[in-house]
Amino acid sequence: MPNRLWLWVPLALFAFFAGLAGYMLTQEKDQFVESTMIGQPLPDFALEPAFAGLPGAAKADFVGGGPRLLNVWASWCLPCIAEAPQLEALKAQGVEIVGIAIRDRPEDVANFLSAHGNPYSRIGSDRISEVQLAIGSSGVPETFVIDAKGVIRYQHIGDIRADDVAVLLAELEKAK
Amino acid sequence: MIAEIGLAALWLAAALAVLQMVSGATALRAAEGSVAPLAIYTRPAAIVQAFLAVLAFFLLLYSFAVTDLSIKLVATNSHSMKPLIYKLTGTWGNHEGSMLLWVGVLAASGGLLAAFEKRLPERTMGATLAVQGFVAIGFYAFLLLSSNPFERLPVPAVEGTGLNPLLQDIGLAIHPPTLYAGYVGLSVAFSLAMGALLTREVNPSFARVMRPWVLGAWVLLTLGITAGSFWAYYELGWGGWWFWDPVENASLMPWLAATALMHSVSVLAARDALRTWTIMLGVLAFSMSMLGTFLVRSGVLTSVHAFAVDPERGSFILALLGLYIGGAFTIFALRAGAVAEGKRFAATSREGALVFNNVMLSAILAIVLLGTLYPLLTEAFDVRVSVGPPYFNPASAIFAIPMLLVMAVGPLLRWRADKPARIQFEMLLIAAVLIGAIALVSFFGSYPLLPLLGLGLAPALAVAAVLPLRGRNLARVPVATWGMVLAHFGVAVSLFGMACEGAFTQERLAAVAPGGTEQVGDFSVTLESVAPVAGPNWTAIEARIAVRQGDGEPVILSPQARNFWSPTQATSESALLTKWNGQLYAVIGNQAEDGRWQIRVWWKPFVTFIWYGGILIALGGVLAIAGRVRVDLKRRKAVKLGDARRADLEALGAAAPVPAE
Repeated sequence: MPNRLWLWVPLALFAFFAGLAGYMLTQEKDQFVESTMIGQPLPDFALEPAFAGLPGAAKADFVGGGPRLLNVWASWCLPCIAEAPQLEALKAQGVEIVGIAIRDRPEDVANFLSAHGNPYSRIGSDRISEVQLAIGSSGVPETFVIDAKGVIRYQHIGDIRADDVAVLLAELEKAK
Repeated sequence: MIAEIGLAALWLAAALAVLQMVSGATALRAAEGSVAPLAIYTRPAAIVQAFLAVLAFFLLLYSFAVTDLSIKLVATNSHSMKPLIYKLTGTWGNHEGSMLLWVGVLAASGGLLAAFEKRLPERTMGATLAVQGFVAIGFYAFLLLSSNPFERLPVPAVEGTGLNPLLQDIGLAIHPPTLYAGYVGLSVAFSLAMGALLTREVNPSFARVMRPWVLGAWVLLTLGITAGSFWAYYELGWGGWWFWDPVENASLMPWLAATALMHSVSVLAARDALRTWTIMLGVLAFSMSMLGTFLVRSGVLTSVHAFAVDPERGSFILALLGLYIGGAFTIFALRAGAVAEGKRFAATSREGALVFNNVMLSAILAIVLLGTLYPLLTEAFDVRVSVGPPYFNPASAIFAIPMLLVMAVGPLLRWRADKPARIQFEMLLIAAVLIGAIALVSFFGSYPLLPLLGLGLAPALAVAAVLPLRGRNLARVPVATWGMVLAHFGVAVSLFGMACEGAFTQERLAAVAPGGTEQVGDFSVTLESVAPVAGPNWTAIEARIAVRQGDGEPVILSPQARNFWSPTQATSESALLTKWNGQLYAVIGNQAEDGRWQIRVWWKPFVTFIWYGGILIALGGVLAIAGRVRVDLKRRKAVKLGDARRADLEALGAAAPVPAE
């Protein structure tokens, strides 16, 4: 009876929804927005030193030598404390780490480094997140692998956990 | 030990749910007039199951109260230093605990139905309780297999890791349990609809049984949404009262379906019309509750209400959804055609108006559902969109405005058939108020279309709400009618608040040095000082803001930017100055480099009316329940008296005919 066809409409709508939801549940959900700068050269920048102990950072510091890590962090950021030992471990493997301190003050930077160790070769001060945004980072901490030509090769979002160290070392190796 | 007793109670309750389902089903299979031997277990199983599930919830509540850190859930969601009230509310501030609350309410509703509902035929009752048991089994399985709230830690934690600080608020103490009771209360309407469909007993007496459950759940949903909206308003610090967030929509959709159901069940009870439609809405309302649970907990949609996001749990709930919603709609499609058609009626009649509003409510429901699920649909094609007020506001208004207009005249119409000419005076009066109000507002300034329409509709609806009382002896108006008048008046009040908020809000965002003054509307706002303060588990920057209206005395407001530890999170505590005609809403932001502070102040005229209206609507529902229950009790008493008299006469062996009732 055609006039009873409408009785099936709710079921059909629900079946469509269930199929869609089921499909979406099986999809890997990527919570992070990856930088579109991967594969691109670093933008031009030259940052003041974040505190008196180390020089500032500029694009020129990434050219030549081997690949380096660019660590975007801040003294007010708690996950940055959590990743400090991993940065130390990377430094112990001979990796050069350049820091960019976001919206920070020199005395806070100095306090942080004396409390949690200093794995950096230089730290630039990005007071208005200008360089951070230009390289496609949206939060702290984030870590980038930059090759010897100054090209961004890899982005790690969030704090570096113990098992991320090997991943970063492998990426550094690839960037050689 | 407490945790083990709780877990055992849950397993036993699950077993009883199986018994309830099986024995209820045998009642359905039994031949007309005979009683299946197993069927006698249905009601006791439902009642004991309710007791056990509620017991399990109270045991978890107790574990939170004493901060038993050997229980994983307590250790991850509580903290010994938290004030007791927030330890208790922490019980349902997480996935497992709130699921236990959900199951507890589900079992309690089934138990209440089994204990107190004696009017339905036994077969329908058996089928209803079987469905209720069947639904419960799924949720017990979900709780016990994938979200055990009583899981122990191998080694007790030294200290708990807290509770989301946004949730450390008295708003959380009331709004989720109220909403849950409402969502799950609709399960009874669902089971009754399925029971009636399975036995083909869709008739007015069934509607009278269903009505108090729908009304009760609807009142709780109304209160829950009102409280939730107020909580979001002052706790999130964004100055808005409704964000069309997926979680908010998840609570709005069952409410829309329940509102439609409540009206159509009344038509069924009074006029024996709209049979299939009522069944459909009964299934739909609880389906929307379950759908909301799925959307909130599976993580398929992104929401500000971050909850336990776990795809595995999502798959489990989706399977339950497929079983219950899919199953119910399949039975509906197969059986609803066999339900005899109800009574007919003319388009211009009370039924006609109610049908129109039912259709409009369903259309709004479809709009909200589509908007909520649309990001899910586009994400399947790798496009991320966010659907917000620019879609929801106009799209729902297209249907809400005709609905409100018909709501104004509907209660004035007679059942079955009526002539518009009969209510000419009332219609002209409503139209005059509507047009007059819009003209008056437009005269003083130009405002966006929707708030302007709202400002016109609100007084018109307020007048229309009380018109059904015209020319009646107020002492003899049934309590349920008072309920309708009050609820419809509440809609007008709430609409007035929304429209005023939309049209007249004034906002000021400024960087102010201590001592500086800003002007917001009629108020001068002075930032007197900014000082650090500390609470039991947070520290904060607190501003002292002196607010002076005209030349009046200054009032001190103290908004805070709070930092919680364990877990670390920053929140913005707004400060409110409530006047009879609106609220001043102040938030403190970041400090600028030169020592000035960002402050953000809104003056929102009559914004409080939004929630007053919500309370009035709920109160109207309470009156409607009270009225119906009173009438029912009277009828029951009269029937009992009649029965007793008949029995007496028979005992006397009187051959005289039974006197007419």
